[in-house]
Amino acid sequence: MSQAATELIRISGHAGVVPGKGLNREFTVCKLVDTTTCIGCKACEVACLEWNGYTFTETTFDNTYQTMPETAWNYWNLIKFNEHERADGTMMLLMRKDQCMHCADPGCLAACPADAAIVQYANGIVDFQEANCIGCGYCMTGCPFNIPKFDPPSRKVFKCTLCNDRVTVGLEPACIKACPTGCLHFGTKSEMKELAETRAAQLRTNSGFQDAGVYDPAGVGGTHVIYVLHDAKNPELYGGLPRDPQIPWSVRLWKGPLKWIGNLAMVGGIVGMALHYMRFGPKKEEPIPPNENNNNNERRV
Amino acid sequence: MTTDAVSRSSTANQNEETIVRYTFFERINHWIGAVSYTYLLVTGLAFWSPYLYWLAAVVGGGPTARFWHPWFGLIFTLSLFVTFVQWRGDMKINDADRAWGRAIPDYIENHDEKLPPVGRFNFGQKLFFWGIFYSVILLLLSGVALWYTETLPWSLRFLRFIAILIHSSVALITIGLFLIHVYMSAVLEEGSFGSMIHGYVTRAWAWTFHRTWYYDVIGKPRP
Repeated sequence: MSQAATELIRISGHAGVVPGKGLNREFTVCKLVDTTTCIGCKACEVACLEWNGYTFTETTFDNTYQTMPETAWNYWNLIKFNEHERADGTMMLLMRKDQCMHCADPGCLAACPADAAIVQYANGIVDFQEANCIGCGYCMTGCPFNIPKFDPPSRKVFKCTLCNDRVTVGLEPACIKACPTGCLHFGTKSEMKELAETRAAQLRTNSGFQDAGVYDPAGVGGTHVIYVLHDAKNPELYGGLPRDPQIPWSVRLWKGPLKWIGNLAMVGGIVGMALHYMRFGPKKEEPIPPNENNNNNERRV
Repeated sequence: MTTDAVSRSSTANQNEETIVRYTFFERINHWIGAVSYTYLLVTGLAFWSPYLYWLAAVVGGGPTARFWHPWFGLIFTLSLFVTFVQWRGDMKINDADRAWGRAIPDYIENHDEKLPPVGRFNFGQKLFFWGIFYSVILLLLSGVALWYTETLPWSLRFLRFIAILIHSSVALITIGLFLIHVYMSAVLEEGSFGSMIHGYVTRAWAWTFHRTWYYDVIGKPRP
């Protein structure tokens, strides 16, 4: 958070203690999305567009209130609407604000080959630096949440910044500011985790949601966007939220063992060839033995 | 081949007479393939490792490299297809090749005189050709999935997972083949590199390394 730049350590010509020194403040930020109090108003979608300056994109009607099937390169915040029929036959409208989860172990960053096209700040925000993006789309392969989106004309990939520009100057993200029901919260990771657990416990004891819980998946090291779900045992119900998101095994294999096997093989091959040349030297042509006179000029017409 | 391929030099020393090994069109096609592969290698290595990302700067920067890499892949594929049409007959693996393959330690240790005679291409060259041929089929298929990766729907994301693994591991195989090819033809076997530039080899070269082919060229029955 922005406090990192305001917490003083030393002050010149100053009598006495340094105010604020050693607060040991937690800088990690977190967005809490309480799906149980979301009314699907889409104020967050509009606020996201407004703040980031994108024009409204064409919507797709799919018999729900959902704006479009999935987030787009210039539409980073999308409420996913899902009709869910419960065991007793009643219907629930599950609404989840879909956006970048800002993983502690980001698959996009692991897969990215371009120097500094994706950075992770100490406060937990994972941010794309489009100036360095080469448009390969490997981040789309690495992400377990289907978040990075490619813009063909600019050949760059975009996604939610967690309003990094606002957060650095001490503001909350635009979506948080716009939420009318207070289902969106913003603070440090531990504060938000505590608030989420309190809310989940409340849902379990007071509202009859036995399986209510917090979605903060460990497979990607935890996330800096967490959810309170009525049914944390079935996150898939909320528009395909993965139960156990992981960086894909093929990305792990490619960026891990395969890289080292490949590098060793390439260097080993070059060294091996140099040694072969020094040991056995060049291959030279041998003269044709005189008894094998192949001069066939006289056979020509 | 006809005897027209044999130079009409009347010099007494037949060893230094030249015969045509690669036609002009074969040579042009080879160098289109070589240049496009080198571009693919340089840009591919840039995407492969952060320690080699500077290679992208050498050819115009990361976004430029990303843009052209697939197009150069198509050029290389086309060049390989032309090679296939030109040489598929010469690249058939036969019994003489299998005998040569069994004697490969002699080849590695430069005891070429102990090797059974071979035709226009030896077993190693044929393996190189078919290795590149089948690798490029896999690189092309996986490359298309990576080229237009944004058009693959989320439900088909497993194709991306497979494509990145196939593309990188098969590319490594071609790098191995490429390194051996460059070493053998430009460094190890004297006379090879020039033959891909001007098209000629000496009779002694042909007799030493590709004896069956030599007899076919000069129109003499194979002993």
